[in-house]
Amino acid sequence: MEIQKDNQQAIKELLYKMADDALIIGHRNSEWTGLGPTIEEDIAFSSMAQDKIGHAYQLYLILHEHLGEANPDVLGFQRATKDFKCCQLVELPIGEYDFSLIRHLLFDYAEALRYEALMNSSFEPLAQLSAKIRGEIKYHIFHADVWVKQLARATEEAKARLQTALNEAFPYALGIFEEGEFEAELQAKNIFMGEKALQEQWLQNLQSFLQKAGLNLPDSTSITPVYGGRKGFHSEYLHPLLQEMTEVHKVDESAEW
Amino acid sequence: MDSLDPRVNRLDLQSDTPENETSQHQHWETYEVFTQKKRGAQHLHVGSLHAAGHEMALVLAKEQYGRRDACFNIWVVKTTNIFALNVADADMFDNNRDKKYRLPQGFKVSDKITAFKKAQKKSESQDEQK
Repeated sequence: MEIQKDNQQAIKELLYKMADDALIIGHRNSEWTGLGPTIEEDIAFSSMAQDKIGHAYQLYLILHEHLGEANPDVLGFQRATKDFKCCQLVELPIGEYDFSLIRHLLFDYAEALRYEALMNSSFEPLAQLSAKIRGEIKYHIFHADVWVKQLARATEEAKARLQTALNEAFPYALGIFEEGEFEAELQAKNIFMGEKALQEQWLQNLQSFLQKAGLNLPDSTSITPVYGGRKGFHSEYLHPLLQEMTEVHKVDESAEW
Repeated sequence: MDSLDPRVNRLDLQSDTPENETSQHQHWETYEVFTQKKRGAQHLHVGSLHAAGHEMALVLAKEQYGRRDACFNIWVVKTTNIFALNVADADMFDNNRDKKYRLPQGFKVSDKITAFKKAQKKSESQDEQK
């Protein structure tokens, strides 16, 4: 594989944060396996968690093959906590199902727009990957929409729980769009539209969905976003998660299953 | 796009049609799932699942029955909308096996086709000799 020479640092930063987001949310959501509200939903939610791990793998593979980074297993399992660039939203514990569903909604609305934009990226490997996983993300959005709508229209308690979860998760969700050092470079070279533009579209899509569902979008102008994740500053929850996730790998690096 | 078949309701992922509401303490209904392996193929019944409405039945069916093998489309139908014969009435089919003449292999015409093919071959070989 040919190593990308131009804009190396900028592309690496973009890929690492995307891959780390996908890996950590995939791990978090897989914690519902066996505990889902119904057997059917258990399977669907677990299956989507696997998709996310798959996305992380593909992104690490691009880092490995095109940017000279270590192989996906090393990137996923052998980095220090501070080297992870995921946003803090994905680190938070699964909470109750209302919280996990709302986080899934907030995160995947951003993922859908991010990958849609990246289909036109001038960095070819990322454009190809985005086209490949488009259908999977479409399903993730479909799943989030149907569940949140269903519950928001069910009982007063269900609606109140969703709104509370939304209010709690929202400042963290804004942290998805924490800008990096290379925003201008990524835009100038048509690699990525940038976090600011992404956040704007995200707010619009979210607003129109929440309105249909009868939920209120918290006012983003009066909320302080939870930043830090993109720079390696994490919540107290990431380290224990990584300890657990890498447990088998630490015992036997060549383990396969 | 709406289905061109007036009997089929297609889900529009973009639309916001309110689904049937499930009241408190109400059990979810079961839906029967039919998957279609490729475009144009018949939908085959693959199983059932619980869901709070048609939309959710499609969401859950996708991972339940459409995540491993090739899949092009899925139908879901409320189980209560399926009408079946009584098991005790299966004797209506008992004599099927005795009616071989209803199978295509049973048609007498196959003898005629074989004879025609034979005759054709014969005349071809005669032409070649000339």
